[in-house]
Amino acid sequence: MADRTPEPRADVCVVGAGPAGAIVAARLAEAGHDVVVLEAGPRFDDESRREKLDSHLRPGEENPWGMGGQRDAYTNEGDRDYPLNAARVKGVGGSTLHWQGMVMRLHERDFEMQTRHGVGTDWPIDYDDLRPYYAAAERELSVAGADDNPYAPPREEPFPLPAFPPSRSDSVFAEACESLGLDMHSVPNARNSAGTDEAPACVGYGTCQPVCPSGAKYTAERHVRAAEAAGARVIDRVPVQRLDHDRAGDRLTQATYATPDGETHTQSARQFVVACGGVETPRLLLLSRSETYPDGLANSSGAVGRFFCDHLFAGAGGTDDRQTDQNHVGFNTSECHQFYDDADPVVGMKLEFLNYAGPSPVTTALNADTWGDDLLVDLQRDYGTHLAMGALVEQLPRRENRIELDTSRTDDHGNPVPQIHWSLDDRTRAGLRRANKIQTAVLSELGVTPEWTVGPADTGPAYHHMGTTRMGTDPDASVVDPELRTHDLDNCWLVGSGTFPTGGAMNPTLTIAALAVRAADRLDAVL
Amino acid sequence: MKLTRRDALAALSAAGVAVGGAVVADRVADSETLGDDLLRSETDDESTLDGSARQTLVAVAEVVYPSELDGIEGFVETYTEGRLLADDSRRQSVATTLSELDEVSREWESTAFANLDTDTRDELLRELAVDTADPDPEGLLPGRVRYYVVNDLLYALYASPTGGELAGTPNPIGHPGGYRTQLSPEYQRASPAETRDPTAETRDPTAGHDNGGTANNDRTTDADGGEAGG
Repeated sequence: MADRTPEPRADVCVVGAGPAGAIVAARLAEAGHDVVVLEAGPRFDDESRREKLDSHLRPGEENPWGMGGQRDAYTNEGDRDYPLNAARVKGVGGSTLHWQGMVMRLHERDFEMQTRHGVGTDWPIDYDDLRPYYAAAERELSVAGADDNPYAPPREEPFPLPAFPPSRSDSVFAEACESLGLDMHSVPNARNSAGTDEAPACVGYGTCQPVCPSGAKYTAERHVRAAEAAGARVIDRVPVQRLDHDRAGDRLTQATYATPDGETHTQSARQFVVACGGVETPRLLLLSRSETYPDGLANSSGAVGRFFCDHLFAGAGGTDDRQTDQNHVGFNTSECHQFYDDADPVVGMKLEFLNYAGPSPVTTALNADTWGDDLLVDLQRDYGTHLAMGALVEQLPRRENRIELDTSRTDDHGNPVPQIHWSLDDRTRAGLRRANKIQTAVLSELGVTPEWTVGPADTGPAYHHMGTTRMGTDPDASVVDPELRTHDLDNCWLVGSGTFPTGGAMNPTLTIAALAVRAADRLDAVL
Repeated sequence: MKLTRRDALAALSAAGVAVGGAVVADRVADSETLGDDLLRSETDDESTLDGSARQTLVAVAEVVYPSELDGIEGFVETYTEGRLLADDSRRQSVATTLSELDEVSREWESTAFANLDTDTRDELLRELAVDTADPDPEGLLPGRVRYYVVNDLLYALYASPTGGELAGTPNPIGHPGGYRTQLSPEYQRASPAETRDPTAETRDPTAGHDNGGTANNDRTTDADGGEAGG
């Protein structure tokens, strides 16, 4: 049986082995510090990835990472149901095990929404503060990209790997985009376009989400391996139950965690980094309330769990007479960021040209109610001519959107589960409508009749959990300072998208990684 | 169109079988061609299906695969060999399911399933409701036939290069055919200007859009339209 007893001496205890925690752990271990990582979920065997691919494609077996059940229970109380477990993963690597792997920088305006547009709030740091850390994060994630995006913020060096070339369906879209004056450009991808020492080049399994069997897609397991190689200890299947502080309430002293065999241990450390994602991080702080902090740790501001925001999906698609070769790969190769900053009042939006529109033969076959020649006719009819566009639309933080504890329901350790309060406002709906208009305009320009749209009425989240432990300079209005250290507790650091004061409309993981690199530098200095 | 050894190995890879692993590699990858008595030489080997079960399995494949395919028997045997060598529990379940299917045939048609002509096999499977059954590894016979037999055969075929090509793609999902298969020979992106100014006027396909206010009155609860994270 694995040893899950505490580390006798730890400079740093990191809670959570997703990208934020793993990057911090790796960099601090490499700097010579004693690091222990406590991860709630299991360590998944590399060898099982193709089995997960197989099970993902088969009807009724689409949940390869074991999310769900009492361990991951949650409730919804908001206007809209939020399917929390659809894309997050508890395990070594966190949700990067499942993720799509798109890694863009936020734009300069994203850090100054209040100043520039009078909405949301400003970050306490700006793009220039984060810019060198973005470059570092791109190296950490071996990002494949090209400097061909006229709407991207300024950058200082080439991407680590060349961009993936545009797909056949990109070429189809290009005709309409030229006509409408839409710029297409490459997508920065956290997957290898060429082999490196750390990972092979993508071989096109086509199932990036939820599993990349080849290892070409970045997962935080890379940084876990780096951390362990540098001496860090990573303990899996040990959900942290609470964090405790000293008598004065100035510093954390220990993390209490449960083991699979029913034992409970406490891990002490000089510094604590909580990196459990935008839902579980605030939940752990709320679960750790004390006499000194009756509303939860680090919650003097009352902002813990508040300002929960995400990106909203808008889409439209149809079929064309031309061959579009969908589902060869599971990622996108072209986007359009032209409408991210252009409107006033601004509603951030990025457009995606999907490479996985419509059905794939194998999944259609497994769900068909016929076989033989009849099935083949159906497959030939249904495959290869689909076209679709997606979009992510910005949602501004609002206090009423929040993560709370639901004391009426408990998880497998008897702790109240997260309760999600989530709703959309008119501004976000307007952004979704605008995305749909552009998408249908592009399809119409191609002579394709939109056969489906996803818009304000039936949109869903991109599962980018942001805002719930927001960063700021005012201890009465924010949870962490610009260094990502909590205002209340001197040695408690929160790393992850929960610290984003606003989230723009760009996929958040590159910013998570950049902030993690930055926090690791600060922690190294403190240690 | 002919199924090849490469197809069978690709299908095994897609099914999560470590084709490079010792046992499977010795037994499957070393085989020079399909249908070369890979299994028939192992009739006493309890790690594979017996002859009757193999015949039933191939007989089902001849129904659920397109009629234009050649090489079905060798493909099925090679794939099944690798698949079941790696998973003894699955082998037992497959064997039991095929045996029960054969029993149904003997009861309804007074002969083994493999002895029926393909039209009658097709009718029997449909009468058994295998075509509409949800795949269920622990359910009633139709669900188990769908899970262990029909869907596994369809998975093997349509995750292989030849099966993908039949359907219209040289790189079907599940097959690591390389990302460059998705490229257009004349691939391109729209890039209207050599030097582009993001503030320059473009034809706005959204002319007239309304960004609205900030009221919160959306009661819709359907979130199925979401794009998974990342």
